[in-house]
Amino acid sequence: MSTPVVYMDNNATTKVAPEVLAEMLPYFSELYGNPSSMHTFGGQVGRKLAAAREQIATLVGASSDELLFTSCGTESDSTAIFAALQSFPEKRHIVTTRVEHPAVKNLCESLDKLTGHKHRITQLPVDREGRLDLKQYEESLAEDTAIVSVMWANNETGVLFPVEEMARIAKSRGILFHTDAVQAVGKVPIDLSQSAIDFLSLSGHKLHAPKGIGVLYVRRGTPFVPFLIGGHQEKGRRGGTENVASIIGLGKACELAADRMSEENTRVKTLRDKLEDGLLAAIPHAMLNGHKTERLPNTANVSFEYVEGEAILLHLDQFGICASSGSACTSGSLEPSHVLRAMGVPFTAAHGSVRLSLSVYNTEAEVDYVLEKLPPIIEKLRAMSPFWQSAHQGSIGGASCKCQCS
Amino acid sequence: MWEYTDKVRDHFMNPRNVGEVENPDGVGEVGSLACGDALKLTFKLDTEGRISDAKFKTFGCASAIASSSALTEMIKGLTLDEAAKVTNEDIAEYLGGLPKEKMHCSVMGREALEAAIAHHKGVPLPMAQGEVVCECFGVTDLEVRRAIQESNLKSVEEITNFTKAGGGCGKCHERLEAILREVHQDLQKVIPDQRPTARLTNIQKIKLIEEVLEREIRPALRKDGGDIELVDVDGDFVVVSLRGACGSCKKSQTTLKEYVEKKLREQVLESLIVEEAKS
Repeated sequence: MSTPVVYMDNNATTKVAPEVLAEMLPYFSELYGNPSSMHTFGGQVGRKLAAAREQIATLVGASSDELLFTSCGTESDSTAIFAALQSFPEKRHIVTTRVEHPAVKNLCESLDKLTGHKHRITQLPVDREGRLDLKQYEESLAEDTAIVSVMWANNETGVLFPVEEMARIAKSRGILFHTDAVQAVGKVPIDLSQSAIDFLSLSGHKLHAPKGIGVLYVRRGTPFVPFLIGGHQEKGRRGGTENVASIIGLGKACELAADRMSEENTRVKTLRDKLEDGLLAAIPHAMLNGHKTERLPNTANVSFEYVEGEAILLHLDQFGICASSGSACTSGSLEPSHVLRAMGVPFTAAHGSVRLSLSVYNTEAEVDYVLEKLPPIIEKLRAMSPFWQSAHQGSIGGASCKCQCS
Repeated sequence: MWEYTDKVRDHFMNPRNVGEVENPDGVGEVGSLACGDALKLTFKLDTEGRISDAKFKTFGCASAIASSSALTEMIKGLTLDEAAKVTNEDIAEYLGGLPKEKMHCSVMGREALEAAIAHHKGVPLPMAQGEVVCECFGVTDLEVRRAIQESNLKSVEEITNFTKAGGGCGKCHERLEAILREVHQDLQKVIPDQRPTARLTNIQKIKLIEEVLEREIRPALRKDGGDIELVDVDGDFVVVSLRGACGSCKKSQTTLKEYVEKKLREQVLESLIVEEAKS
């Protein structure tokens, strides 16, 4: 017996769209030429790459020569941040947030070791709903700030940051601005020609293209130093033979995303809202993590108090439902997600968080299925939780623990 | 995704003995909501002093729930003396093994059992008498020592896997290493430290750096009309200020890294990083 898969983990990765795969397949077989070659056989591949570059540029309002192909979102993030630091070696201050993806967070925290220079890192806090304080942001900018790196949309909660406004502020102070937009591209309209953003990272596998392809947008005229040094590819800004099939796939995926953007913000959003409202209504002591409106249309992050996330996920898995959690146990670390902690989500709730992230491939029947299966799971786990009963009797067990985890 | 055995999955999906025994003879509660897992164990004794019933309530991940379920099955029918001999390794073995990062779940089961037995006997919990080493998870040195001995732990990472100690802020890592050394010394299994003994104090470091500056670096720079001054030493960071011709020289960064840093690394410490002081 095989259970059908109900995939609601699209912020982790997405299905490759069938149209995307179809577009890619010839480039694994008969059209295997190197786009840099002088012969017609390779040259035709080069022309197809140029077309894909145009498709991607169109989705984000960039010009095609402002895009570099990389291997993933992480490489794009590293490239942007190192480019800024190397362009302004005398500037040793970086402004970022406490809720960034590890691709930016861990990089910023390791810069001293990587570069051999001391850096000051300002990690801006967020409020209970996951939002930044723009005044605090402005105050954090200093004479020696080399770059600001702030994500467009949070991968765990979907909360959106006002990066366009933040970029304008940075620009007025002569500071470079990078945004990790891997979760935002394809879900929110982006027009880089009208923004002050200098660097933007995007990743193929978050928008129905394959894993292993990323893009870094570098605004024309922005100081740049390559991260991968090698051949003349990407006009010398990123060495390495192009991942041809994936680039072509990403081009197609961007074309599809432009067509489906309105569906993401209408039908998918309606499904998400139905799912979220249904869970919050059916399950007591449940709460939404993240701002209700200032967030992606596809993401629902809900906490169920007094139960633990990994246990919820494994029960969901039995029904073929794919989701993720910010609990400590799912990560292998002993502390819950840094995003939820930064938001000040209480421990009673942080360990029991579940993220359901939808895509255009989800149906209403799937939402109904999750609404049917999830509430009894929470009930079952609460029935065996030592805190559930005492919570109802007014005293929460374990409150006197020696724990001082922050 | 964790690789759980079928037995773990079974005890997680179909946990045995969930609930609380009525009028229990022993109650043990360990863990907390903040820590991410907690277990309440209750048992009842028969007239012969054997555990006739045991139940649990657990907040935690799959392996915490499975460990609790396994524990209640294992101790039924045992006398308290027999039950007291059940170790976390026994619980893990009963389940066909646990991922190493999850061993602390089996340790929690064993601790709840000890707490319940201590409660029955009306004595304080021996492990709680120790000194708290890890404040994040409230783990005492006695718990750490026992885990090292019983499970033959060899690193701080293993201690964290088994007891959670050191899994939070990390401030106790040095203390954990010290305990690890002490216990292994007791066990006559001490592995000699192969690292060079010459760990420099800050003062020794500054002295050596000054010597190299004076002996080799300054004379070379002075030839070109420059000079150098030591401003600060902070760990491996050596902050210097270039003077004279060097101060205005465009190649001063190259001089710092290619010459000054290289010399200092060769002659003082391989890990040194030379920085220019901000003017």
